[in-house]
Amino acid sequence: MAEKPRFRWHIVVFLAPAVLVYTAVMIYPLFNTLRLSLFTEVDQSRVFVGLQNFKTLFGDTVWSTQFWNALGNNFWFFMIHMLVQNPIGVALAAILSHPKLRFASLYRSAIFIPTILSFVIVGFAWKLILSPIWGIAPGMLDAVGLKALYAPWLGKEAYALTTLSLVSVWQFVGIPMMLIYAALLSIPDEILEAAEVEGITGLSSFWKIKLPLILPSIGIISILTFVANFNAFDLIYAAQGALAGPDFSTDILGTFMYRTFFGFQLQLGDPHMGSTIASAMFVIILIGVCLYLFGIQSRMRRYQF
Amino acid sequence: MKKSTLIGTMMATSVLAGAAAAQDVTLTIESWRNDDLAIWQDKIIPAFEASNPGIKVKFTPSAPAEYPAVLNAKLEAGSAGDLITCKPFDHSLGLYNAGRLADLTDLAAMSSFSDVAKSAWQTDDGAQTFCVPMASVIHGFIYNKDAFAELGVEIPETEAEFFAVLDTFKEDGNYIPMAMGTNDQWEAATMGYNNIGPNYWKGEEGRLALIKGEQKLTDEAWVAPFRQLAKWKSYLGDGFEAQTYPDSQNIFTLGRAAIYPAGSWEISGFNTLVDFEMGAFKPPVANAGDDCYISDHTDIALGLNAASEHSKEAKIFLDWMGTSEFTSLYANSLPGFFSLASAPVAMEDPLAQEFVSWRSDCKSSIRSTYQILSRGTPNLENETWNASVAVIKGEESPEDAGARLQTGLASWYEPQQN
Repeated sequence: MAEKPRFRWHIVVFLAPAVLVYTAVMIYPLFNTLRLSLFTEVDQSRVFVGLQNFKTLFGDTVWSTQFWNALGNNFWFFMIHMLVQNPIGVALAAILSHPKLRFASLYRSAIFIPTILSFVIVGFAWKLILSPIWGIAPGMLDAVGLKALYAPWLGKEAYALTTLSLVSVWQFVGIPMMLIYAALLSIPDEILEAAEVEGITGLSSFWKIKLPLILPSIGIISILTFVANFNAFDLIYAAQGALAGPDFSTDILGTFMYRTFFGFQLQLGDPHMGSTIASAMFVIILIGVCLYLFGIQSRMRRYQF
Repeated sequence: MKKSTLIGTMMATSVLAGAAAAQDVTLTIESWRNDDLAIWQDKIIPAFEASNPGIKVKFTPSAPAEYPAVLNAKLEAGSAGDLITCKPFDHSLGLYNAGRLADLTDLAAMSSFSDVAKSAWQTDDGAQTFCVPMASVIHGFIYNKDAFAELGVEIPETEAEFFAVLDTFKEDGNYIPMAMGTNDQWEAATMGYNNIGPNYWKGEEGRLALIKGEQKLTDEAWVAPFRQLAKWKSYLGDGFEAQTYPDSQNIFTLGRAAIYPAGSWEISGFNTLVDFEMGAFKPPVANAGDDCYISDHTDIALGLNAASEHSKEAKIFLDWMGTSEFTSLYANSLPGFFSLASAPVAMEDPLAQEFVSWRSDCKSSIRSTYQILSRGTPNLENETWNASVAVIKGEESPEDAGARLQTGLASWYEPQQN
């Protein structure tokens, strides 16, 4: 005799903590920020103004030049990560997974350690390393006769953003390395052996067998990089402060949002314009993620072992 | 059952503990002066607590550049301290208008201060005062006396002499002529533009004319200081673009630089660090014998959080700040923060005396961007930081910088729109 299907309470009970916590700390603040961007403050009271704030952000040159500057810088920040961090991460993973490499776990930990450091430590340490006054960078370049190559990078508009991007790459290269490393380890030996029988060995086994198999992982890493970069704030703030100097050349959306929302020095905080920028960031990231999900992920081929 | 008794006991003890603590009222002071923490804890607070049993005071500073943002957030959330250190002008005025700061016009201590001293913490019509003035800071240049003696140079009075001294140090090569960087941006504006500027725009005269819209930032008086700053570049030492404020302080106190464009607030910090003799000279004038003007900026005051639960006790503290006990204690523990009290305060520090002596030779003014002119977007103070840096680095000509600031100001400030 079939028992009446019982409502499975345990599912609700087990989901509840995560759902409640996530709603309280993520979903509610997110929607409240979106809501706040539709208001402004007139004489100490909050007034609904519809999309007026967005019009100001994109229409008023005082705001829009700052916004496009920050967005452009953000894209450059992202480009450096895609062009430097991820290829290096893949290369390191490929080298580490080589069976004949000695001390592999030592290298793996050493490269991964910066990832667990605080942004503040990384920002401050690199600021000191690169400092023209106390830093070891000028001295080291001098020792190899390349002093002429040294410039106060963090203080020059042309170099500051690239320098900070590379610092960020240094810090986070361990993450793609670990993910790719795990993906490489999961490739069954049978496939590689079968390829070897067919005469595919060495580098060509990487390009023809391993790389196609880890492409989904690379896709995931790219989207993680995208989201992290467009939400970035900490490193720039720790190294250059909220004004993202020199002359806003390292200003990204995160620092622009912070400065507007909380205010800086004599500039008073404006939570409504700040929320407007935060909403714009949210939309940009949403579009990026959607493009990836529907444009790339769904077309990617998957292999089952 | 057992658990609930345990919780009950815990609650009972915490209530009891709370009752015990209630006998002592603790006042919390919000401030951006984290450099002064030790002085408050070791000198000022014990002096107050000794004469006012039952009131405990806690000094809880945050980082200077973050202070307005942090304070606003705390006030918004209702977690700010009882006593609020007030920035001059609009930041505090905004807090008062928003009902965050209490009206202190009738406080007895207010009679100890002149109208000028109070002007930075009053409503635009001067009817209400909401913070008790603490101190002003004076701008000038601190120099390494030993280095000056070594090269046999005298302190400069005029622009020409100023650059001659810098040239002497540059040729000698043993000292960086001037310790300043542009990484943190504000030094270029505060210790650069607003330090030397009053001599050109004639202090209060020019500042008020700018507020009334009678002068423009493109006028010679406002562009000339930029022209001076543009000449500073070659005296600032290698890599000044990435040199931060603490870097500059360290370079000077380690004796590696000859001149430090300064605010008097540096005195107490520098005194403990240097092993050479320091002197100070005021911003150079264009021609010998010209009238001199100095930036004597009303910088710091203390107000009362309108939401404070201990406003009675807090007012006792604020009244104490008007007494000579506090003013003399404060001025002498923090040489370089000059008392704004009408009664003269005797100071022992020679460098502080040097700074304060300029008040009798020169006319005092406050920083040009602080009153009213930084109310809108773009914010004139922040823009001035940026422009001063660009001019020093040679990326923008003095005329272009003036024009850019004027356009930004005129975009929202009505008196400048004609």
